Amino acid sequence: MTDSGIYGVMAAFDDPAPLVDAARLLHEHGFRRMEAYTPYPIRQLDEYIEQGPQLPPVVLAGGLLGTATAWGMQYYIAAIDYPTNIGGRPLNSWPSFIVIMFELTILFAALAAFFGLLALCGFPRPHHPAFNGRNFTEASNNRFFLCVESRDPHFDRDTITGLLYELEPLEVNDLEGD
Amino acid sequence: MTVEEKQRTATRRPEPDTGPAVIASGQTFAQVTAQISAAPLLRRNIPALWYISFALGLFFTLVLLYSATYLIFRGVGILGIEVPVAWGYFITNFVWWIGIGHAGTLISAFLLLLNQSWRSSINRFAEAMTIFAVMCAGMFPLLHMGRPWLFYWILPYPNTLTVQPQFRSPLVWDVFAVSTYFTVSVVFWYIGMIPDLATLRDQARNRLVATFYGVLALGWRGASRHWRHHETASLLLAGLATPLVLSVHTVVSFDFTIAIVPGWHSTIFPPYFVAGAIYSGFAMVLVLALPIRYAFGLENLLTERHINNCAKLMLATGLILAYTYAIEPFTAWYSGNEYEMYMVHNRAFGPYAWAFWGVIACNVVIPQLLWFHRFRVRPKPLFAISLVVLYGMWLERYMIIIGSLHRDYLPSAWTNFIHTVWDNAITFGSIGLFVTLFALFVRFLPMISMYEVRELLPFSRPGGGSEK
Repeated sequence: MTDSGIYGVMAAFDDPAPLVDAARLLHEHGFRRMEAYTPYPIRQLDEYIEQGPQLPPVVLAGGLLGTATAWGMQYYIAAIDYPTNIGGRPLNSWPSFIVIMFELTILFAALAAFFGLLALCGFPRPHHPAFNGRNFTEASNNRFFLCVESRDPHFDRDTITGLLYELEPLEVNDLEGD
Repeated sequence: MTVEEKQRTATRRPEPDTGPAVIASGQTFAQVTAQISAAPLLRRNIPALWYISFALGLFFTLVLLYSATYLIFRGVGILGIEVPVAWGYFITNFVWWIGIGHAGTLISAFLLLLNQSWRSSINRFAEAMTIFAVMCAGMFPLLHMGRPWLFYWILPYPNTLTVQPQFRSPLVWDVFAVSTYFTVSVVFWYIGMIPDLATLRDQARNRLVATFYGVLALGWRGASRHWRHHETASLLLAGLATPLVLSVHTVVSFDFTIAIVPGWHSTIFPPYFVAGAIYSGFAMVLVLALPIRYAFGLENLLTERHINNCAKLMLATGLILAYTYAIEPFTAWYSGNEYEMYMVHNRAFGPYAWAFWGVIACNVVIPQLLWFHRFRVRPKPLFAISLVVLYGMWLERYMIIIGSLHRDYLPSAWTNFIHTVWDNAITFGSIGLFVTLFALFVRFLPMISMYEVRELLPFSRPGGGSEK
């Protein structure tokens, strides 16, 4: 790893098209530790930027946990802890339990989606080197940023800067680390 | 030419079969950001209508606080309820408010799954409407308990009383359904808002304001990894919220159908309640959207297309409701049950006939005007029709509850329901609370989803078109 003092090299674009082109170009040159910062989701970037673990299994696990919790709670309370005879129905009258099983499945799955999202994005994280980028506040408005991080095994500041300039960015800057 | 210059000059012809565009032409990324973040960030852009609504809302919230305090102090005897009409205004209000929330979830979840891009301009405040409506709704069963400070007895928890809730009762299902609905709605709303909170953080010129939105934005950077997870989470939550919203009013209707009261004990209730809920919800969306659009000058983002679509959905759900109104007397006649038949006759010609015919007028007859294009796109008539529908839906719940309860099986128990001033005070107070919360939302949070509107702009997709 060279240039270990900086977090990475960041280019700013005012158009999503050259951003995607830049990501493709750098990907073709073997760079993998990249991240794009955009004001809205751009699906074409997913091809070139590594994504890591995904959310759906977390949500599925949350949902199943909810179903099991709801049934377990109702069975324990209705059949063991506080058995009541309602019109001679069996104590484990599971058809009556379906509604709460359904509701807690949704509840647990939704909470898993929320906390899973926070975990996978690393939130809450008030400080990040990307915020040091020049005019980075516009990343949530109308600018499109691409950053190659210095932890990429092939990281070379000058090569990357040269490649980025091919796409006519607004500017290319070194990004200070924290 | 930069993309924003291209956007400014882009004249997108509306597709011939879809009518007016979702977003007016000539909008740019920066313009959308500036327009929507103006209300939360710049104090001077708040219209007079906002102050009037907020003041009125706050006044009625105080009325609510006063009357709720008095209710807790004196007990539910100050209300009009007594046996056999033990469910009066409060349960009417509960069902009405919960129903209003349903359209918000429908817009944000169901239309997202169906890839209806026009939802982007209205989903944020429709979701806010859901949350505030559920808050208003949840208040009523608690106050109706008589001893609200013991509300936690309805929850299953290890306790020294060694009693537990009865899970075979729909009233307990309701607790779970409504609290799940509220939690999921808040989570969905908040997740959707994170990118826009980041925009407000970045646009704020005041450090304190920036910190406030920065904390709420959790450190959102708009990284492609964030967007990917965010999009997955939104879609999954939409998939979870869609069956949930149908279940909530179904469970509310179970509160009625499981009882053997004539007019309640019917299998048509779940779809009947859900259709009515969505109907009143779309009416509320329009009642909120039309003044906001006018007062904040959002005609470029909330176009004729949105208004027209909401009105069409309102008409469609209204027709489903009209069908169930027609089926009810048929079921009663076909059942051959004298109590059911008496109930239908008494509903139309008994002491609460005014409520029945009011419901027919407000929910079935007057909304037929929506078949005409001019009533769907002109703000004033549409606003008036929406108010009529909201009142009609309240009256419908009143009719179902009071109309069935006041004539019990035993004629010696018959009595009429007479509401008191406290019933009215708390009912209007809940509307005041709703208006206050909504006004605060409009003032402090992004009322239209900025990132989703950006996706709809021309040249937002690297290929040249819009992302959706």
